[in-house]
Amino acid sequence: MLNRQGRPTMPAETVASVSDTFSGNRALAIEEDLIFEIGRVDTTGVDVEQPPSFTARLGKLARRAPLGLPGLSEPETMRHYVRLSQKNYGIDTGLFPLGSCTMKHNPRLNERMARLPGFGDIHPLQPLSTVPGAIALIAELARWLRELTGMAVVAMTPKAGAHGELCGMMAIKAALAARRENRSVVLVPESAHGTNPATAALLGYRVVSVPARADGTVDVDEIRKRLSADVAAIMLTNPNTCGLFERDVIAIAEAVHAAGAYFYADGANFNAIVGKVRPGDLGVDAMHINLHKTFSTPHGGGGPGAGPVALSAALAPFVPLPYTVVNADGIAYVEHAGRPAQTLAGRPTASARHGANPERNGDAGNAGGSAPQAERAAAGAMPLGRMCAFHGQMGMYVRAYAYMLSHGSDGMRQASEDAVLNANYVRSALADVMSAPFGDQLCMHEALFDDRRLEGTGITTLDFAKAMIDEGYHPMTIYFPLVVHGAVLIEPTESESKESLDRFIASLRKLATAARGGELARFREAPRFAPRRRLDETKAAREPRLRWTAAQERQEAAE
Amino acid sequence: MRYLPLTDADRKAMLAKIGVSTTDALFATVPHDKLLGGLLDLPKGKSELAVERSMGRLAAQNTPAASVPFFVGAGAYKHHVPASVDHLIQRSEFLTSYTPYQPEIAQGTLQYLFEFQSQVGLLTGMEVANASMYDGSTAAAEAVLMAHRLSKRRRAVLGGNLHPHYRETIATISRMAGDEILAAPPAPAGSEELAQLIDDKVSCVVVQSPDFYGHLHDLSTLAERAHAVGALLIAVFTEVVSLGALEPPGAMGADIVVGEGQSIGNALSFGGPYVGLFATRQKYLRQMPGRLCGETVDQEGRRGFVLTLSTREQHIRREKATSNICTNSGLCVLAFTIHMSLLGEAGLRRLAHLNHANAVALAELLVKVPGVELLNEAFFNEFTIRVPGKAADVIESLAAKGVLGGVPASRLEPDRAELADLIVVAATEVNTDEDRAAYASALREVLEC
Repeated sequence: MLNRQGRPTMPAETVASVSDTFSGNRALAIEEDLIFEIGRVDTTGVDVEQPPSFTARLGKLARRAPLGLPGLSEPETMRHYVRLSQKNYGIDTGLFPLGSCTMKHNPRLNERMARLPGFGDIHPLQPLSTVPGAIALIAELARWLRELTGMAVVAMTPKAGAHGELCGMMAIKAALAARRENRSVVLVPESAHGTNPATAALLGYRVVSVPARADGTVDVDEIRKRLSADVAAIMLTNPNTCGLFERDVIAIAEAVHAAGAYFYADGANFNAIVGKVRPGDLGVDAMHINLHKTFSTPHGGGGPGAGPVALSAALAPFVPLPYTVVNADGIAYVEHAGRPAQTLAGRPTASARHGANPERNGDAGNAGGSAPQAERAAAGAMPLGRMCAFHGQMGMYVRAYAYMLSHGSDGMRQASEDAVLNANYVRSALADVMSAPFGDQLCMHEALFDDRRLEGTGITTLDFAKAMIDEGYHPMTIYFPLVVHGAVLIEPTESESKESLDRFIASLRKLATAARGGELARFREAPRFAPRRRLDETKAAREPRLRWTAAQERQEAAE
Repeated sequence: MRYLPLTDADRKAMLAKIGVSTTDALFATVPHDKLLGGLLDLPKGKSELAVERSMGRLAAQNTPAASVPFFVGAGAYKHHVPASVDHLIQRSEFLTSYTPYQPEIAQGTLQYLFEFQSQVGLLTGMEVANASMYDGSTAAAEAVLMAHRLSKRRRAVLGGNLHPHYRETIATISRMAGDEILAAPPAPAGSEELAQLIDDKVSCVVVQSPDFYGHLHDLSTLAERAHAVGALLIAVFTEVVSLGALEPPGAMGADIVVGEGQSIGNALSFGGPYVGLFATRQKYLRQMPGRLCGETVDQEGRRGFVLTLSTREQHIRREKATSNICTNSGLCVLAFTIHMSLLGEAGLRRLAHLNHANAVALAELLVKVPGVELLNEAFFNEFTIRVPGKAADVIESLAAKGVLGGVPASRLEPDRAELADLIVVAATEVNTDEDRAAYASALREVLEC
């Protein structure tokens, strides 16, 4: 049963301010107005050269209306955005145990690499002959991802996890079309991320839910009951959003394949198993990889992400454009369907050759290659086409590749082991003060609790999370997955030291004890020390104010 | 491994606390025969210095835009980004934060999203803008899906001079979702014939201005034509700087405006990550895809910001959501907003003016090269030239002479022989007199031999 109670959206009551300064500032916590209130339309922080006079060629379309865009000088800009930054919590601030989001350390080397002019200052449409290193990097990253997933090809271009899901599900739909089959159902477990059903629906599929077992995993019999010749695919997250490895995954894959359907895996939780087990060995046909989770490209306040999709041999012919093919002559880059690939003069670099097996690369191709193309022609399949302009998220590829080179096969395996170890350490240390929905069992990289221990206290999961803010922590994921009441999903990642975890555990234990002890104010008034108290989300939704308007306009609108 | 804080002693102590003896015991639910015994066939970890060396070699094989006279555009543009922008976006609190689901400790992100939405509204002349899409092409595809939802029709008409990658991105999702598109053929001379494709079966008309070939279009008549049959006009741009010099699409009757925001604040980065701009009319708000930031108050009555209207979104609505989008382009949005705040109206107008001046100067120089024909009457910072012979070969020869002279239309439209002699050329503020002279003389040499 999906629980839809959601989180409260309106603060309980208005409270008195704990601030009594004249300015509203609190020492280092400084209030900051909008650029529209501090900027001026005739101020600029960029000196632009004045060109010699010339005859404009804008026809009748030269702008007449003023823009009303405020400008700031450089010192004002610095101060404005530095002050805004100080109202944010990031991984560098402290532990960020946001379940299912993998908030691991972002190495600064990766930022430096992405800013090398040879990566950051190259244009997507300059001649391929002037960017062999960029194509080599894409091909090389794809090779690492192929090896890590154990899958045939990797579609690199999807721009985020949800975009990767769309790409993978399109490949499945295209493969079915090539088989002259028109299936209409996609199975999605109740614990899935919301993007899964949204993606299936976007492609016209009817979503059929699969309930979870009492132990938090998916029941293969429940899947079998729902499988038919009308089922296109199952979308399964593994490890799942309850932090558990789907132990019947092999049986699930076999049942799905026996019904002629495909196995889509949501790779959101790949960080638990890198170098430990390969999705391709489990029967997965398509899996997106969130480079911003597993491979540590910065989350940046909600993007940009990158969502390459690993595809099985069965789906390889349906890889979207463009893609690279590594063969004996070098790296070929395919930008158009049905046209010969352009092989770059540049051979794979020393690093690209390292550990590579050219024969296997040549056969399997990175993404497509001659063999899959031939299959495609034979099947009369429509090529998938483009998911987006250009080549995908190059800036993210560079960062992810730097992460991979830095870690290597040994470091990535160790990272996954540490991520799982850290999560279990937290889970076992909290087991006696918090309630685990599926009993006392080991977890993967994240530990799930529910709100039964809060029953009767008058304190909700949201209150508990807000109290964590006052203690200096970013809250964990709350009210997700929906299969658990008042869910609390903790993913510490491998980036935390034992000392850091011990402090975190101690704080959570004290909060849990305080909650049981009836210290209501500590929770219901939280956060008390953040830049803002609880915000009125109901008001925001009922009276949407989505852009700045001058006070005068507001006044008029109100009248 | 420098990024992993646990020591072996820590690991041992932690395993004991958990009550298992080995790390592999934590993976007991993984089918035993699938658990990897050893390391994968990949190199082992490297020091920071070694990674820098290795990646530096790859980077050195590429020709950076700043190292040559550079005139490549066609959807991504080389602009000067002030140093302060890159410094600010690398602040840890911005770089390493997450989607602002806990607004009390994410007001920094939320306030810049609100500033961004306001800036995009002003630039486009539209009432509401979202907190960004992945890029211009995916924003265009989402706009078409939104128009289908609003009109309850499933046919989109695409202008022939829409960026070919945008057309293909829309075509992919349309084909897969079972929707129809009618794409007009390219009209590199500038006059798109769309009126006869528009009838009451059509959900939306998608047109770009400045278009792929650089032509400028007054969209008013087309908007009227679309509205007369109950269709929406979706206006697309790939060069946001143009809005500093041109009438905004919102003033010409557009219902949805989408575009690429890379030019402001963001590096070329070989095509991504970029920032998709998405704006529409207030009345269509509830069918908008993507995240929205809204103003509200906190418990003490102080102004604050939150993500809002999330009942449109996948994490609440699941299969009934307006889009499957989850991530936006947070950090690229921040770069855009900071750069736009630095520019302000005065700076943006001057920047646009300089871009246009440089493009006019370049066009005037290039048409003097024997055999070169300019296809544009009106243009902003990009135009199309016809050259004798194959444009792709001319561009390669120019590259060999150290000039990156534009994009051959055939790179994007290889199946259209009639476009094989066209080059799309962009000029921005980064180009100098010397750059333009170098281009003209290299082109003269290439065409002479």
